[in-house]
Amino acid sequence: MSEPVLSVRDLRVEFVTRRGILKAIDGVSFDIAKGEVLGVVGESGAGKSVTGSAVIGLIDPPGRIAGGEVRLGGQRIDNLSPEAMRRVRGKRIGMIFQDPLTSLNPLYRVGEQLVETIQTHTNLSNAGARKRAIELLAEVGIPAPERRIDGYPHEFSGGMRQRVVIALALCAEPELIIADEPTTALDVSVQAQIISLLKRLGREHGTAIMLVTHDMGVIAETADRVAVMYSGRIAEIGPVRQVVQTPLHPYAKGLMGAIPTLVQSSDDRLVQIPGSMPRLSAIPPGCPFHPRCPHAWDRCSRDRPDPIQHAEHRVACHLYDANDPTAKAHMIHTHAPLEEGVAS
Amino acid sequence: MSNAPFVEVKDLRRVFDVSKPWLNRVLEGGEKQYLKAVDGISFDIARGETFALVGESGSGKSTVARMVVGLLPPSGGGVTIDGVSMADAAQAAARQRLRRRIQMIFQDPYASLNPRWRVDRIVAEPIRAFDLIKGEREIANRVGELLSLVGLHPDDGKKFPHEFSGGQRQRIAIARALASNAEFIVCDEPTSALDVSVQAQILNLMRDLQDRLGLTYLFISHNLAVVRHMASRIGVMYLGRIVEVSGGRELFQAPKHPYTRMLLDAVPDIGMTGRQRVPVNGEIPNPINPPSGCPFNPRCPFANDRCRTERPPLDEGVACHAVHERRIDVPVAA
Ligand SMILES: Nc1ncnc2c1ncn2[C@@H]1O[C@H](COP(=O)(O)OP(=O)(O)OP(=O)(O)O)[C@@H](O)[C@H]1O
Ligand SMILES: Nc1ncnc2c1ncn2[C@@H]1O[C@H](COP(=O)(O)OP(=O)(O)OP(=O)(O)O)[C@@H](O)[C@H]1O
Ligand code: SF4
Ligand SMILES: [Mg+2]
Ligand SMILES: [Mg+2]
Repeated sequence: MSEPVLSVRDLRVEFVTRRGILKAIDGVSFDIAKGEVLGVVGESGAGKSVTGSAVIGLIDPPGRIAGGEVRLGGQRIDNLSPEAMRRVRGKRIGMIFQDPLTSLNPLYRVGEQLVETIQTHTNLSNAGARKRAIELLAEVGIPAPERRIDGYPHEFSGGMRQRVVIALALCAEPELIIADEPTTALDVSVQAQIISLLKRLGREHGTAIMLVTHDMGVIAETADRVAVMYSGRIAEIGPVRQVVQTPLHPYAKGLMGAIPTLVQSSDDRLVQIPGSMPRLSAIPPGCPFHPRCPHAWDRCSRDRPDPIQHAEHRVACHLYDANDPTAKAHMIHTHAPLEEGVAS
Repeated sequence: MSNAPFVEVKDLRRVFDVSKPWLNRVLEGGEKQYLKAVDGISFDIARGETFALVGESGSGKSTVARMVVGLLPPSGGGVTIDGVSMADAAQAAARQRLRRRIQMIFQDPYASLNPRWRVDRIVAEPIRAFDLIKGEREIANRVGELLSLVGLHPDDGKKFPHEFSGGQRQRIAIARALASNAEFIVCDEPTSALDVSVQAQILNLMRDLQDRLGLTYLFISHNLAVVRHMASRIGVMYLGRIVEVSGGRELFQAPKHPYTRMLLDAVPDIGMTGRQRVPVNGEIPNPINPPSGCPFNPRCPFANDRCRTERPPLDEGVACHAVHERRIDVPVAA
């Protein structure tokens, strides 16, 4: 097997605050192969954006990478100097942030920002870079790009701003794109456009994509594999079809069950997972999900579950520990029986 | 109490000047350019009702929201809330009193939270501004209660906005909107930054509050499943106009306008049943130079000459010649 484009091993990120050290990311490992889209989902605050920021070396104090390795094309990048990292960013890694305003300077016209970025990475003339910028805007679906290119960010709708940010990320044709909620603000038809754009990048340019989103529909259509994060850890990771349709981890099951659909009755309350995610300052021992988990038993509040390979899934849950003879019993004696990887 | 709707939007319009800078116009030539972001839309919202706006990115939803709460002056038409005009100078005093009864949750939560304030101060701001609760202890208790309601912890009040994830910030914005005891809340994509479980928690909460306190919502979202869950009536926007308005159930069971049908077909397939998402055909039109006649005609499979020249009126809840002429089937809701 060829080397993955991105390889993250046992990543740990902490925030040092007056209230103590907060472990935002606690031992996260995953790979993304060439041309592959890894979807990342999970509870709000689970650490998806921080993971993305850590990969591109944008954790600002009081945050710090407290351990682990990040490799891009085999080369370690978590220990590069800020200067070297700046070159990697933008050139080899493209970023699309959750909040489009953070990547756009409100004082400059959209075109100026695109042209500048293009010229940092190519030796195109002003006119050539402007032409390329218009092409990129057209590619992300901005109508009348030759006119809108002279607009300021505030003159664009929320969705159009996000598309400008995507165009910015594409400027240098990077080998890895980290897209944090790229389609959150977009309606389904533009969303479909962006998704096919991302997929095409993977197919035609071999770009590896880390796609963070809450939209399970987008994940189902775009991702090859998906990682479900909870409380700074990966609860489950595996091929998208398996994880979305037959999730194993109790949190992943709850998450998939909460997706609102167009078929259920609108009079029903939406399903939600009872309780809320622990705060970083009070992560429970053992499995961080155990206070909310319908299957938890004493072991769950004591031992931290390590990821276990189960069929095509890697799942961090004691229920799937083949060496624990009691685990299976807890799977059966619950109200919502878990079906081991079988579609219901 | 009168029978007038709580919120009345009449022929609302907003034009933006998007001309090239003056110097470029002089040097390169070119006319002044205008963009009709909102081009004559009308709707009512009854007290205690949720009215939703859906539609393509750039169709003018946020611009409508900003005009409804009085953050942006309309170029034409007007908004009346509980009998008070949002524009009439003579009603300035009444409008001032009305303001505290209206809140908005913005599409971009970070931009709407003061980065230098701690979260408890942000959430308490409407309480202090409108003098809703007396006493620091009482205010602090209320803030803690609001933070818990949206799934945060009372202690989170001590932190600054940048210490939170995107979805947590959105919840802070929601807590602040709830703090004012507003009766009418305009929600622009309130839950799109949230994971589905927290989203369910917030939407359930919003519905409970509505049942309990009789809140009225204008709800903007691109997520059709969410809209369907929340709204009793839905307006579908396309290029600054409402092209279809109908009851929630009806819209999903029996969409009439070809654009609505396309929108429903484009919903991603979560069940991965293998259903192919119907590709959305055609380019998104240029709002600066919109197509003549029906704005949807270049992408519409049913367009004929009349569609290309004559703008269809909103009639029987739908603005489409093909539907009015019965050229295409109008499905009936079960
Ligand atoms: N600068 C900071 N200081 C302290 N804590 C922080 C800081 N930035 C993030 N955190 C915390 O780290 C955790 C992970 O945040 P992150 O932004 O990665 O969440 P997320 O999974 O992207 O959530 P969302 O889906 O809501 O965007 C959160 O609990 C957040 O409060
Ligand atoms: N201040 C402004 N100056 C110029 N044009 C503007 C301004 N604000 C909005 N527009 C334009 O008006 C149109 C409608 O924008 P609006 O933000 O209302 O769209 P929207 O329906 O909310 O879209 P989205 O779903 O992407 O948020 C867009 O074409 C946008 O570019
Ligand atoms: S390890 Fe235990 S508590 Fe954690 S998800 Fe599995 S069963 Fe539930
Ligand atoms: Mg995030
Ligand atoms: Mg908007």
